[in-house]
Amino acid sequence: MKLGLVIDLDTCVGCHACAVACKQWNTSGTTGPLSDYEPYGKEPSGVWFNRIRHYEVDEYPHNKTINTPMSCMHCDDAACVTVCPTGASYKREEDGIVLVDQSKCMGCNLCAWACPYGARELDQEQGVMKKCTLCVDRIYDVNLPKEDRQPACVLTCPTSARFFGDFDDPNSEVSTLVRERGGYAMMPEVGYNPVNKYLPPRERPTAPQATKTAETNGSADASTKTQSLLGKWLQKQKSAFDSLGER
Amino acid sequence: MHPAPSVIIFTVTAGAGYGLLFWLALSRLAGLTPTISNGQFIAVGIIGLILVTVGLLSSTLHLANPKNAWRSFMRFRTSWLSREAVFAVLFYPLALLWLLLSGNAFLSLLVAALCIVILVCTAMIYASLKTIRQWNNALTPVNFVLLGLSAGAALFTLITLIQGVYTPRVLALTIAVIAAAAFSKLLYFSWIGQPAGPTINTALGFTRATVQLLDVGHSSDTFLTKEFGYEVARAKIIWARVIAIVVGFVLPLVFLTGLLGTPGIAHAALASLMVLAGVFVERWLFFAEARHVVTLYHGQQRT
Repeated sequence: MKLGLVIDLDTCVGCHACAVACKQWNTSGTTGPLSDYEPYGKEPSGVWFNRIRHYEVDEYPHNKTINTPMSCMHCDDAACVTVCPTGASYKREEDGIVLVDQSKCMGCNLCAWACPYGARELDQEQGVMKKCTLCVDRIYDVNLPKEDRQPACVLTCPTSARFFGDFDDPNSEVSTLVRERGGYAMMPEVGYNPVNKYLPPRERPTAPQATKTAETNGSADASTKTQSLLGKWLQKQKSAFDSLGER
Repeated sequence: MHPAPSVIIFTVTAGAGYGLLFWLALSRLAGLTPTISNGQFIAVGIIGLILVTVGLLSSTLHLANPKNAWRSFMRFRTSWLSREAVFAVLFYPLALLWLLLSGNAFLSLLVAALCIVILVCTAMIYASLKTIRQWNNALTPVNFVLLGLSAGAALFTLITLIQGVYTPRVLALTIAVIAAAAFSKLLYFSWIGQPAGPTINTALGFTRATVQLLDVGHSSDTFLTKEFGYEVARAKIIWARVIAIVVGFVLPLVFLTGLLGTPGIAHAALASLMVLAGVFVERWLFFAEARHVVTLYHGQQRT
């Protein structure tokens, strides 16, 4: 079994609900608490297993906002595990979940240095490294109804942009989504073979935009005012040429 | 990367200590200081061990949970940090036995080899990280070894001068190793100047368009921004490089090659101080110049 997440960048609206649900579940779960530093102070900070960042891809008028929730990718070749000197970091044989045994961690930060995705954060109050557990204390809980045995972030997502499943099963929802939607790994060149995959935004027609037609006859427009006579003449010829196709 | 003082002190002083012990062992093997007495030999050894111990103690200061430090011997097979810890601890009984047996030839060979092995292990902790291209190259271990040996050699020259057991061959080796360290460090600076590695585009998988950060998603510093988001002005980096090269390599070579008069104790003392100061600046730079790939997610276009 190779458990992991698929995150749909097409439908993610960047609301941070997954991060909040994660914090809520895990701070009271087996890996908790997720310490906060000065939560009511001027610069509140603390441990989070999931962080959402917002980017602008491409330039106007083709620009698009992309929201990227990122947590542990539960990499197949997880360097955070191999660099750990104490054996506190480990990857489970049975389902591939990468975990930290807090009772063994000495807080040297080396695993966080080895992680390209910023998935590991040191709990400065407890002095040990903490990270996404894929809600291991939830997904196997037989006391929960079957549909609730999923990570907190997946359950809470209001746009259903997050999927949880077994990547070793070619017919699972996550495998199918990756296959059909061109799911990809982030920063694959580092070579850790991250398990979590991201679905790119779908191709869709761009919304109609108000286009300003060049005003050719005399007055107005600052841009035409500053143009040279030759420029104006060329502009006129061009719009005349362009108008040939119009009715 | 955030330059933690404890780690800088650790790598510099322990490096100088292992360097000094390497030269002491080599001088035993190659007969560099034939007139050294048993007591003098042990004295140099103890100075070396003190430097190493101060360094190792400093290294534990950056641990957030030092009570588990003993567990760092557990993953020798995969972790360079574990390998370093194991060798560093194994070194003590071996070095003490070596000093007690007043430099038995076999043990001298073993001590010299182990000094290099430990320096390489320390460097590989950093060099093995694929996330930091400024560290993830072969020059990192070369630099760590040569800089440790430089500091050790300068100290060895000074101590043998004070003890009166100095021979010109010690000085010649010191000059050679400082020159080699200078060369490899200059090579390193030019190497890391080449653009390479992941960009914000590969980090997010949008490789056919520009990508820029709109919002990082948190309102104040996090563990990640504090640990990896260390930013230094370019001008400061350039100055630090000039200081590291001039103080760490050029001035010591000026003092030791006799350009300011035949090298005596004063020359060697100044040279030792300068090599150590230069390596401190170099080690600060080693961290300050390193750019972790996670900074791409925080808006850097490239590392």
